Amino acid sequence: MEHIITPKVEYVKLLNTYPEKKSALGTLYLTATHLIYVEQTNNNARTETWVLHHHILSVEKLPLTASGCPLLIRCKTFQLLHLLFQRERDCQDVFQSLLRLSQPVKEEELYAFLYNPHQNEEDRRQGWEFISVANDFSRMGLSNEYWEISHLNKNYEICSTYPSILGLPKNASVAVVTGSAKFRSRGRLPVLSYYHKDTKAALCRCSQPLSGLTSRCVEDEQMLQAISQANSNCPFIYVVDTRPKLNAMANRAAGKGYENEDNYSNIRFQFQGIENIHIMRNSLQKLLEVCSMKSPSMSDYLTGLENSGWLRHIKSVMDAGVFLAKAVCDERVSVLVHCSDGWDRTAQVCSLACILLDPYYRTIKGLMVLIEKEWISFGHKFSHRCGHLDTDPKEVSPVFTQFLECVWQLSEQFPCVFEFNERYLIEIHNQVYACQYGNFIGNCQKERLDMRLHEKTFSLWPYLLKNQHLYRNPLYRRSLESTVLRPSTLPLHFKFWCGMYNHYDRGMHPKQSVLDQLLSLTQKQVEGERTMTELQRQLAVADGVLPDPSGPINTPAEQDSPSEKTPTAPVVQSNGSCAPLINGDAEEAGPGAEKCNEKEGADPGATEHDLTSSEDKPVSVETEHSKEEVHESS
Amino acid sequence: MEFAELIKTPRVDGVVLHRPFMPTVEGTLCLTGHHLILSSRQDTTEELWLLHANIDSTEKRFVGSLGTIIVKCKDLRVIQLDIPGMEECLNIASSIEALSTLDSVSLMYPFFYRPLFEVIEDGWQSFVPEESFKDLESMTDEWRLSEVNKDFSLCPSYPSLLTVPKDIDDESLCKAASFRHGGRFPVLSYYHKKNAMVMMRAAQPLTGTNGRRCKEDEKLINATLCAGKRGYIIDTRTIAVAQQAKARGGGFEQEANYPQWRRIHKAIERSNVLQDSLIKLVEACNDQSHSMDRWLSKLEASNWQSNVKEILTTACLAAQCIDREGASVLVHGTEGTDSTLQVTSLAQIILDPACRTIRGFEALIEREWLQAGHPFQQRCAQSAYSNGKPRSEAPVFLLFLDCVWQILRQFPCSFQFNENLLIMLFEHAYASQFGTFLGNCVAERGKLQLSQKTVSLWSWVNRPQELERFLNPLYEPNNLVIWPSVAPQSLLLWEGVFLRWNRSTKCLDEAYQEMVHIIEYNKELQNKVNSLRRQLAQLETEDSPLQTP
Repeated sequence: MEHIITPKVEYVKLLNTYPEKKSALGTLYLTATHLIYVEQTNNNARTETWVLHHHILSVEKLPLTASGCPLLIRCKTFQLLHLLFQRERDCQDVFQSLLRLSQPVKEEELYAFLYNPHQNEEDRRQGWEFISVANDFSRMGLSNEYWEISHLNKNYEICSTYPSILGLPKNASVAVVTGSAKFRSRGRLPVLSYYHKDTKAALCRCSQPLSGLTSRCVEDEQMLQAISQANSNCPFIYVVDTRPKLNAMANRAAGKGYENEDNYSNIRFQFQGIENIHIMRNSLQKLLEVCSMKSPSMSDYLTGLENSGWLRHIKSVMDAGVFLAKAVCDERVSVLVHCSDGWDRTAQVCSLACILLDPYYRTIKGLMVLIEKEWISFGHKFSHRCGHLDTDPKEVSPVFTQFLECVWQLSEQFPCVFEFNERYLIEIHNQVYACQYGNFIGNCQKERLDMRLHEKTFSLWPYLLKNQHLYRNPLYRRSLESTVLRPSTLPLHFKFWCGMYNHYDRGMHPKQSVLDQLLSLTQKQVEGERTMTELQRQLAVADGVLPDPSGPINTPAEQDSPSEKTPTAPVVQSNGSCAPLINGDAEEAGPGAEKCNEKEGADPGATEHDLTSSEDKPVSVETEHSKEEVHESS
Repeated sequence: MEFAELIKTPRVDGVVLHRPFMPTVEGTLCLTGHHLILSSRQDTTEELWLLHANIDSTEKRFVGSLGTIIVKCKDLRVIQLDIPGMEECLNIASSIEALSTLDSVSLMYPFFYRPLFEVIEDGWQSFVPEESFKDLESMTDEWRLSEVNKDFSLCPSYPSLLTVPKDIDDESLCKAASFRHGGRFPVLSYYHKKNAMVMMRAAQPLTGTNGRRCKEDEKLINATLCAGKRGYIIDTRTIAVAQQAKARGGGFEQEANYPQWRRIHKAIERSNVLQDSLIKLVEACNDQSHSMDRWLSKLEASNWQSNVKEILTTACLAAQCIDREGASVLVHGTEGTDSTLQVTSLAQIILDPACRTIRGFEALIEREWLQAGHPFQQRCAQSAYSNGKPRSEAPVFLLFLDCVWQILRQFPCSFQFNENLLIMLFEHAYASQFGTFLGNCVAERGKLQLSQKTVSLWSWVNRPQELERFLNPLYEPNNLVIWPSVAPQSLLLWEGVFLRWNRSTKCLDEAYQEMVHIIEYNKELQNKVNSLRRQLAQLETEDSPLQTP
């Protein structure tokens, strides 16, 4: 609080992006965590704009104008606030405060360390354990004949930026593992990212080798040999360097570089040409300039879009992801991926390939697992890349944003294969920068452990799960889930993501939302099904087919869902007798049936909504949450 | 018959058809007077029936004795036919060339087409001017139907019946007509019931270099203004273009002579430029290069999206003048048959909920395009693949459809129809078995006796079996004025037309089906719930619980 000079300023104008629209007049408040703008409208209605200090990217004082003193606030969420103060003094005070508040110096200043979502210690513990990378390994079928889960890095001694558990080929000895780690930049040795059960091909990741111009390392060569041998389908592996060839060559001079095909008997080497973090940062900067142009012509916009290079970069990431997925799935070849340090481009393309290959990662929970696995645990430097603290601005880069966008681009080509909608991706993006939860604080697992984040902060995932009804894709079809995605990567299939980069320019978005429409319909459908089951039961009772179990027959179904209570005999019976009336469709037969024999295959969406009666949302959602955990531990 | 001499080889066996994203088909190629047919004679594969009129251009290639004909269609599809035998291939190619470029309208397919369905409602009679005038009469008595153009002598491109201000007699209309390009004097286009404001359309006034004026023309448009109110003249051309027009006898309304009107100039492109824009856009969409920069710069250079933005912006302006400013509007460009109609028809879609129903939209096209004299025959003679020197071809109507699609995308629940209707109209405007889009104006259609000799598109579309395909499952009628965003970020490339043949639509079709399923299932569910409620209520009113059979 000591940084807030003026907590409240009145008569501040919020200028509209569209010059023709009227600007708002209101009061600006600064709290320890937020900037709040309260607009006074004529009819006493209040509209509030809340901006988290952590979301503020930059604050800029513009030259004084006749109408006042302007302040431009740019946010990491791509929101743009253009404020106009009456008094220069106020503007200066707010400017000073925001400069300090938006750039915390120490980790402890981050919001997550004061935020408590009303959970006790047990909730907190469960929340952190909810997503487990180890479980994902078991899901892939590890350990097996070829791969094992190794604890060699449990003290982070082999590689400080890797997770404590690693997937390694079974026939790689400890000497080979440690030797290989020494030959890789920052010790990031080749380890398993994803194991494709059907083809036995593996996706592996690492950092660049310290090959320089001539160096070689027998252990590293053996390590790649071991990865190759773990896939009996193919005598070689692809080694994919995601960098442009020129960049990789430049690294050789510095004692790093890329694999020499002559030294590794069993590899096919390939460059992919994704640019580095600095180019990506500048590209986003240019893209955002295009987004914030005032009344641009179509030509300005398209030329700006082209010159930003943004979609070119998105395409390069997608191309690489598609290459990996094709190799693993169609060619049945294992792939080893790296860039320089193996925590930016490598994370992007490995996680994208996982989404293309495995439908699990296209679910709400699966995406959490994927982010936890490929990004958080493998040491994508969220603190640096997102600029959580006032550190080197050259470390900041929208690497993770690009990954989310690639997922969005896929969802545009495949509208039925993702369990989540666009809002889920945007919410995750906002949360990454918000630092309200601890997940994205720190640069690697070891750092997080040292910060004791699991004790001091809460995990984001339970919160997202609690609100998952907002993030559902109503068009999601589980039946399509077994398909491997083969997107077209022709340039014309990449679109500008207005929902993300112009998110706050509501005027640009469609005025009616198909998504909202369908979400409310699916909600109505659940209610309708429940009502129907109840009516059928009442009808059966009134008909005398069923004995009257619960008194008066006109109990309103909406308020008292039978499935919530312990399923008494008559309820079960009624479901049994009623189900055939409903088209004989067991999947949609209604809530009771599902509750009685809680089978895995049942649509969790329907179950969740069944539990959610209109009155008591939070409670029932909690129930849903704990149910998920039951699945997890079983 | 005449066609036989154009068809040297009527059939060839062993022809292989290649289409993007579809399996190849081997079969027999047949040429008839109006169709290119490829049939595998197996039930499993679909036959290809292509109207010669749909063929925009062809290319031949030879490798040894195997010939290949690339057929590029007006609906933007490109197919490839591998034909064994040099002579056969040459014959087929020259026949296609000849049959697809027939000059005589009366040889076109609509004159030979006999519907396989029973015509229940004759589309030629579905939208008659008298009917829409009745609607107008129910709202206002300020207007009358004039027969001054009964024999099309006053204005050849106007229909015989025109809605004009009640106080203006036919004699004045004649004088006003002589002052407007092509005789297209100001007539009513749309009456805004909410505030009694009107939109009129015309062609440019013939002021010439010496500033000619016409009292009757001034009186005519002033008659639509309320006392003390000002109106807006929207000239779809830039001021520079309008100035240049003076040298050729055209021009624009001088402030001095029209003191009650404010003139606004916009910059909607004209025919040749638009045709060029379409050709460039389609070329860009068919480019298989993987360079993102190349795609974006080609898209930009085509100017197609700019044209969409400019047309929509002008339509919004017209709608704004009427609805927000409470002023009457007169729209014109040069001839009043192209950009003028884009603006007046789009403004109506924005303002009038009736135009967003299927019937209303058909009526709008009938009124503002067909009756209003948009020269379809000339504009749609060739499409994006044409090699020939363009004459008067221009994708004016396609741009209008694109703009409608943009509004539909932004207001997905406000239209009774879906994208399929727009795509279908695009196809039929360029090549059709129906006579609706033949001819350039009402007079020409009369001479061709289209209503007697051909079937109307509307006779087919309005059959319940067909309509279903065009219904928007999300439609919820609303009476609002719908203001689209014209920000570049809000205007997308119309993939349904321009990427239609360049992508697999499987996933998008699945999504659409799923959406329909959700909506249908919900309706069904609500019906079942209601019927159960009724049953229960009935049972409760009866004293003793009786078994129902």
